[in-house]
Amino acid sequence: MMLKRLVIATVAVMIATATQAEVLKLAVTTSFANSGLADVLLPQIKDDTGINVQLLIVGTGQALALGAAGDVDAVLVHSRASEENWLAAGNGTHRREIMYNDFVFVGPKNDPAGVRSADTAVDVLRSISNAEAPFVSRGDASGTHKMEQRLWEEAGLNPEREGWYRAVGQGMGAALNTAAGMNAYIMSDRASWLKFANKADLEMVFEGDPVLFNQYAYLPVNPEKHPHVKNDLAMQLEEWLVSDTGKALINGYTLNGERLFTFNAKVE
Amino acid sequence: MNDILLGLAQAAELIVTLNGDLVEITALSLSVSLTAAIIATIIGLPMGAWLAINRFPARRFVIALLNALMGLPPVVVGLIVYVLFSRSGPFGVLGLLFTPTVMVIAQVIIITPIVASVAHQAIRELWADYHDLLISLRASKAQRIGTLLWDGRRALMTASLAGFGRAIGEVGAIMIVGGNIDHATRVLTTAIALETGKGEFAMALALGFVLIGLAIVVNLSIHILSRTERSARW
Repeated sequence: MMLKRLVIATVAVMIATATQAEVLKLAVTTSFANSGLADVLLPQIKDDTGINVQLLIVGTGQALALGAAGDVDAVLVHSRASEENWLAAGNGTHRREIMYNDFVFVGPKNDPAGVRSADTAVDVLRSISNAEAPFVSRGDASGTHKMEQRLWEEAGLNPEREGWYRAVGQGMGAALNTAAGMNAYIMSDRASWLKFANKADLEMVFEGDPVLFNQYAYLPVNPEKHPHVKNDLAMQLEEWLVSDTGKALINGYTLNGERLFTFNAKVE
Repeated sequence: MNDILLGLAQAAELIVTLNGDLVEITALSLSVSLTAAIIATIIGLPMGAWLAINRFPARRFVIALLNALMGLPPVVVGLIVYVLFSRSGPFGVLGLLFTPTVMVIAQVIIITPIVASVAHQAIRELWADYHDLLISLRASKAQRIGTLLWDGRRALMTASLAGFGRAIGEVGAIMIVGGNIDHATRVLTTAIALETGKGEFAMALALGFVLIGLAIVVNLSIHILSRTERSARW
């Protein structure tokens, strides 16, 4: 009896999920979701456009892979070079810049590598390398990881085989947990760091170098490659994101009094 | 230590106030894992019984394989199911990726070998007792399997519950094929992974305690409903 009822309930859940109208699947990066901005935007999107946006929270690498396979309708990511390769392979229709936030360096309060006195992000990495201080890397081909790799390259350093360089291969939150546990340096997006609840002995040690700006772009999946994707909904969502409502909500979102994202979409 | 106490307090608060999100993800956890356990039982029990009473050349190999599959890594199963059900995969046209249905499919693959292996072990022992009787009654193969399944139901329930236990605590596969989408495919284990990622250990632990409590409640109610541990043998 009980089993029968459960089976019926399950089937009902499945049918409900399958037939829900106006559902758009959007792959986003962990940094966007962890910032809490999604919790502000999604209800308003639903009110204004009727679109129920379902978020798949993954790294930029996986987000683009989901889009290339046609498993989501659009992606919102932050790694320009990967995005352009992805577009060149015919996976999407276009790339629209929406907003940016920035990366910061987080490390032990006593700052054993002396990062606080650095002038640029590249200097920060040189100090860490010289001091051989523990450094946690995302190591997961995410946008954050790619930015970090670019900075190491600019610094002329190749730390991947060093003992103090620990690539965890996980999301921002898990990487921050690891850094907190090892009292290590780490590069994080500002939003994830501010929202992070397990700060332990870490604090922000470097910010503000323009090279650390992090551009988010919105890319709808190409309906010519995947005819089933909901391109009309994806376009509607893009219009909303670049609208005045979207702009006001993105610019108005603060955490501990700090603005996290800056709207910079060009209105055509 | 403090986190554990905070987690317990938060778990109590979530349950007492019947938190809407908690009810939703708990209900989905329960329906996905119970459905998977039922399907795995329907496949696994007859498979275990059939293996126990039949003799064929590759029998030892098949049983060893089944036992080895008990250790299938969920994340690999998740990846394979993802590739099969992705829009670019062979079953992509069904559009099942990121739905509870495909989460059930992944869990069935993970737990059927467990149910079948435990069932096989239990029935093999029962078969030794029943062999002469059933042969002398000239029972057909189907009748033999039916009798063994019925008379071994107590041990077989353990097989199903072991499968259910693996399913409800599983996170690697359903994270990949379900996607942990809020209000659609988020279950207790994926929510725990999410809260851990945010560094919200108290909340993660609270959900963990709810999960453990749920597993205990399900096991207890099935034992009570099936009236085990009452008379001498059953």
